[in-house]
Amino acid sequence: MKFEKRERIDTDVLIIGGGTAGCYAALTLQAHSEAKVLIVEKAAIRRSGCLAAGVNALNAYIVKGRKPQDYVDYATKDAAGIVRQDLLLSMSERLNGVTKVLEDLGLVILKDANGEYMARGNRNIKINGENIKPILADAVLQLPNTTVMEHVIMTDYLVEDGEIKGAVGFSLRHNVAYEIYAPYVICATGGAAGLYRPNNPGFSRHKMWYSPFNTGAGYAMGIQAGAEMTTFEMRFIALRCKDTIAPTGTIAQGVGAKQVNADGEVYETKYGLTTSQRVYGTVKETLDGHGPCYLATEGITSEQNMDLLKAYLNMAPGQTLKWLESGEGPQQQNVEIEGTEPYIVGGHTASGYWVDTNRETTIRNLYAAGDVAGGCPQKYVTGALAEGEIAALAIAKRYEAGKPSGVHVSPALAAQAQTYLDAYDSYLTGEAPLYTTEQLEEAMQRTMDSYAGGIGSYYRFNSKQLAKAKARIEELQIMANHLKADTLHDLLFIYELKERLVVCLTLIAHLGARQETRWHSFAENLDYPETSDEWLCYVNSVATDKGIEIRQRPLVKEDYYEHQN
Amino acid sequence: MSIRIDQNTCVGCQRCVNICPGSLPAMNESGKAFMAYPKDCWGCMACIKECPVGAIAYFLGPDMGGKGGAMKARREGHFWNWEYTSATGEHQTIVVNAQESNQY
Repeated sequence: MKFEKRERIDTDVLIIGGGTAGCYAALTLQAHSEAKVLIVEKAAIRRSGCLAAGVNALNAYIVKGRKPQDYVDYATKDAAGIVRQDLLLSMSERLNGVTKVLEDLGLVILKDANGEYMARGNRNIKINGENIKPILADAVLQLPNTTVMEHVIMTDYLVEDGEIKGAVGFSLRHNVAYEIYAPYVICATGGAAGLYRPNNPGFSRHKMWYSPFNTGAGYAMGIQAGAEMTTFEMRFIALRCKDTIAPTGTIAQGVGAKQVNADGEVYETKYGLTTSQRVYGTVKETLDGHGPCYLATEGITSEQNMDLLKAYLNMAPGQTLKWLESGEGPQQQNVEIEGTEPYIVGGHTASGYWVDTNRETTIRNLYAAGDVAGGCPQKYVTGALAEGEIAALAIAKRYEAGKPSGVHVSPALAAQAQTYLDAYDSYLTGEAPLYTTEQLEEAMQRTMDSYAGGIGSYYRFNSKQLAKAKARIEELQIMANHLKADTLHDLLFIYELKERLVVCLTLIAHLGARQETRWHSFAENLDYPETSDEWLCYVNSVATDKGIEIRQRPLVKEDYYEHQN
Repeated sequence: MSIRIDQNTCVGCQRCVNICPGSLPAMNESGKAFMAYPKDCWGCMACIKECPVGAIAYFLGPDMGGKGGAMKARREGHFWNWEYTSATGEHQTIVVNAQESNQY
């Protein structure tokens, strides 16, 4: 099998990924420019990305009596200082505006008698977000200047003289490879799951917290094109309901359930209340012989019990089924909790592209928004929308000022595209090696689990282990180059594996570079178990011919940041 | 966690094939959809909500505490009827109003 057709497409703005951030960027571009927009999405935008199942609260909102700066302060504290003030502030200022737009599009938001949104704690509002993605998608599909290509994946950027020119990819359905040229590109592919051995490595291996279809494509394309990345070492580990990996916040905040150990002792106050401390406390209690750990729900009312069953049907229906299958709901039994495998996800922690305040990456005219963009943790849904808006506004301004007439394809650029397209055919022809893509994925996950701080090593690592992880991942990269695909879906699996391996190598370099332990569990460096003020800086990286070059950058405290080389 | 597509009920409309965020269902030779990659299901329910004839059920693998029961979702106006059937054939339905916000 080979690709029968190569198609060239030209557009003004290419948005890679039709999830939360990508869809909102398209809506914004339509409102503020005449640019022709193309969204390329690996699935279908009505149910793709992190919000496929729905979401039942907006976790980033400036509730009455609070200011955007309060949100910045909260996120800064939770990340122990390693955030970008400019990014957090520009996001926070837009949280309420994007929420209003979603409500106008049809999102159900809980209100009190005065018509004010009902807050859940200091930063959250309650919604029915089961259909949040169809709502966004329906709005995007009506935009006259936006085209949506579904079931197409992008694998490589086209870059010339440090400036983005487009990307190449292929269809999962039609045996067509695409070279897409665009003077502006927004990367909104989401973060990376599946790097580490998951909680349920057997039949239910994809029952994970983060979307298993977010495989780090955006990070990998950026790393391979020489874009600067930041703070990959701040991994995200979610504290979740055991087995189903369903969210715990709804139980914790909804019925006020505390974290308790097997002896019934409330332990959360012992370790602190930041996101990483909550995970660490649960790991530590288990290591000290006090596991398993639970959310104490026993004794809630029957009404609360049923409300929880319903709430989970709107966002994580596996948990409701688990209660039904066991014959006992949260009223009868406490909900067991555990930490997930580590993810790289800039919507929760600060990992991702190093961007300026407008979300432009270090590759000119390439923007990043949502989970793929770094420096701005605790984005959640509304923050991803806000970043889509910020990136789109910056592009609209440049586009309207310059109105570029497409991309001039130089011989060098055409050759670059040719190289990437030829690579597809190399996987589609020839004899298969003695191993499969699935086996290499398992080997990668096992390596990361054992040597780069996975669940099996209680999220801890040292430099000798990281060196082993690096060596093995590099071997797997070479082996992956010899894989063969019989179908387009096989080819997708090969590229997803290759993306993850690239992300793993950058992650390993970052974990080793930060010589301290600033966040328990997220980056538990056994060689350096204490926090050090020397490391109140960003750890950034750029992939070069000689390997991954680490750059320490001083904290950005100003409200505006521009790239300077 | 995964899904099963009832071959007798499936009408071959391909909606599940097109909506799945992982492109996991596929069409078989008799024009019906089947789950081509059962271990790769995220459990997002997109296919179940999209299916016009209620042919798709989801279930928990034994590794997650599943006991052989399964659940479907059927839309009626503004309501989702979530219908659970246990391995021994007992039924339970939970009705969720799609226009009501989560209270938690």
